[in-house]
Amino acid sequence: MSRVRIPPVLRETVGGARELEAAGDTVLEVLDDLFAQHPALRERVTTDGKLSPFVNLYVNGRDVRYTTGLATSVGPDDQVILLPAMAGGSS
Amino acid sequence: MILGDIVAAIGHTPMVELRRLAPHPGVRLFAKIEGANPTGSVKDRIARAMLADAVASGELQPGQTILEPSSGNTGISLAMIGSRMGHPVRIVMPDNTTPEREQLLRLFGAEIVFSPGAEGSNGAIRMAERLADADPSVYMPFQYGNEANPRAHEEETGPEILTAVPEVDVFVAGLGTGGTLTGVGRALKAARAGVRVVAAEPLPGEQVQGLRSLDEGFVPPVLDQSVLDDRYLVSNRESVVGVRQLIAEEGIFAGLSSGAALAVALRVAADMDRGSIVVLLADDGSKYLSAGLWDRDLDTLETEMESSVLW
Repeated sequence: MSRVRIPPVLRETVGGARELEAAGDTVLEVLDDLFAQHPALRERVTTDGKLSPFVNLYVNGRDVRYTTGLATSVGPDDQVILLPAMAGGSS
Repeated sequence: MILGDIVAAIGHTPMVELRRLAPHPGVRLFAKIEGANPTGSVKDRIARAMLADAVASGELQPGQTILEPSSGNTGISLAMIGSRMGHPVRIVMPDNTTPEREQLLRLFGAEIVFSPGAEGSNGAIRMAERLADADPSVYMPFQYGNEANPRAHEEETGPEILTAVPEVDVFVAGLGTGGTLTGVGRALKAARAGVRVVAAEPLPGEQVQGLRSLDEGFVPPVLDQSVLDDRYLVSNRESVVGVRQLIAEEGIFAGLSSGAALAVALRVAADMDRGSIVVLLADDGSKYLSAGLWDRDLDTLETEMESSVLW
């Protein structure tokens, strides 16, 4: 099982959890497992089966949009982070 | 060489090889020291470019007030340059940054409007937009959407990097407005096929994240995501470790986003057999002294940074 960090804005859809465990060897499988546990999460995170443009997903800190997307492999010790896409902060 | 004005001293910053931090002999690591700009950050470049543009287009009239949301560096740069041009400068800044920023802004003659710190940079942006709507007499450069921001980097920072390190394979910088990555990325890619442009993105503290809603997701208009080849999230803890490595190993006194950029550069370097990486260190460490980045307990710092806006 990999650990998935849920941002505050999505916690209402998962009963308030800050982190969840999900099974799967790829991001797609991990998300499917999450959606099976918490169906309300699906429409907030994906649009037409793709990551919504305003959500970023990272595996061990690396944004999957720039690697292999939903096909990115996820190991049992990997950390998955979901975050709203935003300005970095800037200065 | 004698310069006629401090504003002319912006840019042409040093490129320094990080010999001790490079993880193995095949990979060379270079740092572009933007803290060497007059107010201590890369933002001097874009502030100068945005104001020059606004004067040229007539958008900024003599004596007109400049208003801008900034968590520090851009505001300080605009205050220094704007005041020298004879403009009042008003900066909207989150109320939970470090006191040095307030001190520097006031030193350079700016007026500060504080926005709720818990709302982060986006709260400052929203408040500045409200203020600008309510008072049409102000001019807002708006670094997040101003093309002069990436252009300053495409025309100046990028070519400076190519001159210093023509063999550059990877460029790493922190992601804020996206102006540096977009502009430098365009310049490098136009000159050298196969260059990779890598973003270091701060993982915001829970309290800052708490007010973000997916529906109002904000991707800065100046960020051209097609220029990016990779993007890494960096925790506050990793960023602090990075600034400590910079000073301990290389004697470089740099700010928090530089620590994040270094952390990413080292991660990229570890996966390379050979090549050259240029990492842009966006500011010096002076605005972070009171935060105790270099000497305080890491766990305490990490907890405290959950609720602050440091870059």
